Amino acid sequence: MNAEGGDEARSTADVVARRSYGKLVAFLVVRTRDVAAAEDALAEAFALALKDWPRNGCPVNPEAWLLTVARRRTIDDFRGRRRDEIAVEQLRQVSDGLEAAATVAEIPDQRLALMFACAHPAIDAGIRAPLMLQAVLGLDAKTIASAFLASPAAMSKRLVRAKEKIREAGIPLRIPEREELASRLGAVLDAIYAAFSEGWSDPGGADAIRRDLTEEALFLARLVAELLPDDPEALGLLALMLYAHARRHARRQAQGEYVPLAEQDPALWDAAMMAEAEALLNRAGTMRSIGRYQLEAALQSAHVFRCCTGRPNWTEVVQLYDALFALAGSPVVALNRALAIGELEGPDAGLRAMPDIAADPRLAEYQPYWAARAELLARAGVHEEARQAYKLAIGLERDPAVRRFLEGRQASLPDAA
Amino acid sequence: MQYLLLAYTTETLWSELSHEEKEKKLHAAYGPFVEALQKAGVVKGMNRLRLTKDATTVRASDGKQQVLDGPYADSKEQLGGYFLIDVPDLDAALSWAARCPAAQHGAVEVRPIWEMQR
Repeated sequence: MNAEGGDEARSTADVVARRSYGKLVAFLVVRTRDVAAAEDALAEAFALALKDWPRNGCPVNPEAWLLTVARRRTIDDFRGRRRDEIAVEQLRQVSDGLEAAATVAEIPDQRLALMFACAHPAIDAGIRAPLMLQAVLGLDAKTIASAFLASPAAMSKRLVRAKEKIREAGIPLRIPEREELASRLGAVLDAIYAAFSEGWSDPGGADAIRRDLTEEALFLARLVAELLPDDPEALGLLALMLYAHARRHARRQAQGEYVPLAEQDPALWDAAMMAEAEALLNRAGTMRSIGRYQLEAALQSAHVFRCCTGRPNWTEVVQLYDALFALAGSPVVALNRALAIGELEGPDAGLRAMPDIAADPRLAEYQPYWAARAELLARAGVHEEARQAYKLAIGLERDPAVRRFLEGRQASLPDAA
Repeated sequence: MQYLLLAYTTETLWSELSHEEKEKKLHAAYGPFVEALQKAGVVKGMNRLRLTKDATTVRASDGKQQVLDGPYADSKEQLGGYFLIDVPDLDAALSWAARCPAAQHGAVEVRPIWEMQR
């Protein structure tokens, strides 16, 4: 083996892994329903490639090469595990399916079917995003665990269980029928957004794994928007994520200090990315079917417009929050709506519009609730209560930069007389 | 794949009605569902169970047999019947479960059948 060939093989394998991993997994899983077996087979195929390619040169069609190896491995594995009559019949079906498809020139892209299986309602909602990141992108359990603040052992166990459920409960590997598509797609989009939000919660990007997760989630959102170009919510989610991602460099000062939206420098925003988001949102709008992600993207668009032009548009923002609350009412939406009302009608009106903590005790542990309350109380001149609310917000925040920002706000309150 | 749909309902459902009225209502609810199952050719077996007051639970741990009057677990909703169906995948099983009247006034658990190796 020469070093040059080894390097070339490695970089070809990397490119194929990046571009085709999910496609290869999906191809196998659609025919076997076995995510874990597909992952194992592909891991072996990649390992073999790194041995074979430097010696014999990279194949003309590396994807097909990997699939051939993985397919053989899958069939051998199946044969080894089961020798009974049912298994013989299943094996025949599986291998026929794999052989028939292997003769076509282009490997069909069935990643969307795989994503629908990962976000199936029979899969626990909390594991859908991690499962998708692993099955479609090949992220390892340790990386995913770190992003979702879970222990690697617990994360791996939950991933194994979810894959077993796909196999044993007979979760289908296909895109749902039209009448079901909208509701089922919602779960897919929610899982992608959950992955994005986990990455986003480290906006400083100090933690490489979490920063990468926003890129991975964007990749998934782009994929769904590409595969379902006529679905307004798929476009809406991508637009929403692009708006947020376009501001990534403006959210921190050079020294890492947190910068709230109103104080960000629009010159630091990624204008091309925002234009892409705007175009996506407009295209979604022509399809005349409003949804949660389109509304959230429209809110981002409204914030961007205000910050760039300096023209207050809080009436429009409150209207958008009203619509969002009617469609997907949650304490978090109510909270943001209250802040917008605070801008439009003054802090007292904002405080009246705050969600009731008695109605949802989880708010007591939600940092943005206390930060929002503190902000409105400070502007209303109720300084002592504002100080208390800031204190709770600081205590609940895990990002040190945001904590310092809140401490600054708290310190700027006038001293009690 | 084969799935067992387990119909869990409150046994006191419609207990304010007379026996005849209750049976009539049950028949009206389950008749069309059973007919649809049969027409679709997916049903492999089904039964309605008598109430848990007629249930007896047996345990034989440590070689000691214990027989108790009553169901395995005391809960508000009890297993009232089952349908064994053969359908292509979980989605198909779930849509039959959703059509089962027990889904409206109780809950339907969907369990894949363990495939026996011959």
